[in-house]
Amino acid sequence: MKVTIRNPRRELEIEGPIRVRDLVSSLGFHRDAVLVIVDGRLVTDDTTITDDADVEIRRVISGGDV
Amino acid sequence: MCRGAPVIDLRQHNAAFCEEHFLRFCRSQVTKTIEKHQMFGPTDRILVAVSGGKDSLALWDMLDELGYTTEGLTIGLGIDNYSDQSTEMTRRFAAERGLALQVVDLAATYGFSVPDAAGRTGRVPCSACGLSKRHVFDQVAREGGFDVVVTGHNLDDEAAVLFGNVMRWQDDYLGRQRPVLAEGDGFPRKAKPLVRLTERETAAWCLLRGIDYVLDECPMADGNNHLAYKELLNTLEERTPGAKQDFYLGFLRQGLRHFEQGSDTARTDLRACEECGAPTSADRCSFCRLRERASTTSVTVELGSTKHPTGATS
Ligand code: SF4
Ligand SMILES: [Zn+2]
Ligand SMILES: [Zn+2]
Repeated sequence: MKVTIRNPRRELEIEGPIRVRDLVSSLGFHRDAVLVIVDGRLVTDDTTITDDADVEIRRVISGGDV
Repeated sequence: MCRGAPVIDLRQHNAAFCEEHFLRFCRSQVTKTIEKHQMFGPTDRILVAVSGGKDSLALWDMLDELGYTTEGLTIGLGIDNYSDQSTEMTRRFAAERGLALQVVDLAATYGFSVPDAAGRTGRVPCSACGLSKRHVFDQVAREGGFDVVVTGHNLDDEAAVLFGNVMRWQDDYLGRQRPVLAEGDGFPRKAKPLVRLTERETAAWCLLRGIDYVLDECPMADGNNHLAYKELLNTLEERTPGAKQDFYLGFLRQGLRHFEQGSDTARTDLRACEECGAPTSADRCSFCRLRERASTTSVTVELGSTKHPTGATS
């Protein structure tokens, strides 16, 4: 399946099926640092992603002296 | 019980939420924060500091949805594409919802951008940027008669700032790290209604509500400790869900009262800045002094008159 990581943008091919939780940790992200969007929908940690899905991992951490 | 499809799990609450219940949860967290800290009421005029990022757009959307009277203010910082994109997204958001938005461009109004200020004064970009933003927000609030300025600081921001303040034991900063700061001495009231929501939650709010926000990070943000603290806290959160919330809300409950809220003695000699009228303890406020050094017109000013040719109004 195609995994797009956003900001900064990066594309990866990862073999499914895989659980959201495992995908996030295998890429080295903290769970509070990302949202996972599968085929345009926000999904929970224990969702299993099938191999034909389109996945976006959106980083949500902002830097700077806000 | 809820039978909607779950979209997000909030481990600190040990539950998965459907879209409807998640949005309801966010609203109730924000309402609770506003009421508990008496941030503002239904008749107050609220100036929302908007950057085009997820937090400020989520905040504006929520306050508008909750029926508050709001106006947005966004500042053109002049940071490459990032600023253009941010202003563009903010304009689009406001236009789609019929919300009033003021745009103040630093370069057009004051003769310098954030990169100019950093390059010409040697100041850290975020410090020059922060000073400029605070100045413009205060001034627009004062001149526009707003009751309060609100910003989109979230739980992760506040926990990271708290961590930094504790690491250096900055008791003066700790005393001022409040979700609401009262107005006084010519400064408007300031409030942070999102301090109970994590940034994952504000991002999810935007996603579910169909809000397009700037995903790119400010290119000048590199090199500060803020991100490192956030990572540390998220590592802790992974092991102990709720750790960030306990740290920050525990500080508000038990820690804050041990620190004084600013030094009142330093404020007794406040007067109006000769140039812009902002409250200051010197002849001119720190923003006007920054502007003099950062803007291209500063050379003529130094050689000739003692006043800038144009007043610093927005
Ligand atoms: S990261 Fe720094 S320079 Fe960039 S917008 Fe935020 S405060 Fe300004
Ligand atoms: Zn539900
Ligand atoms: Zn001034």
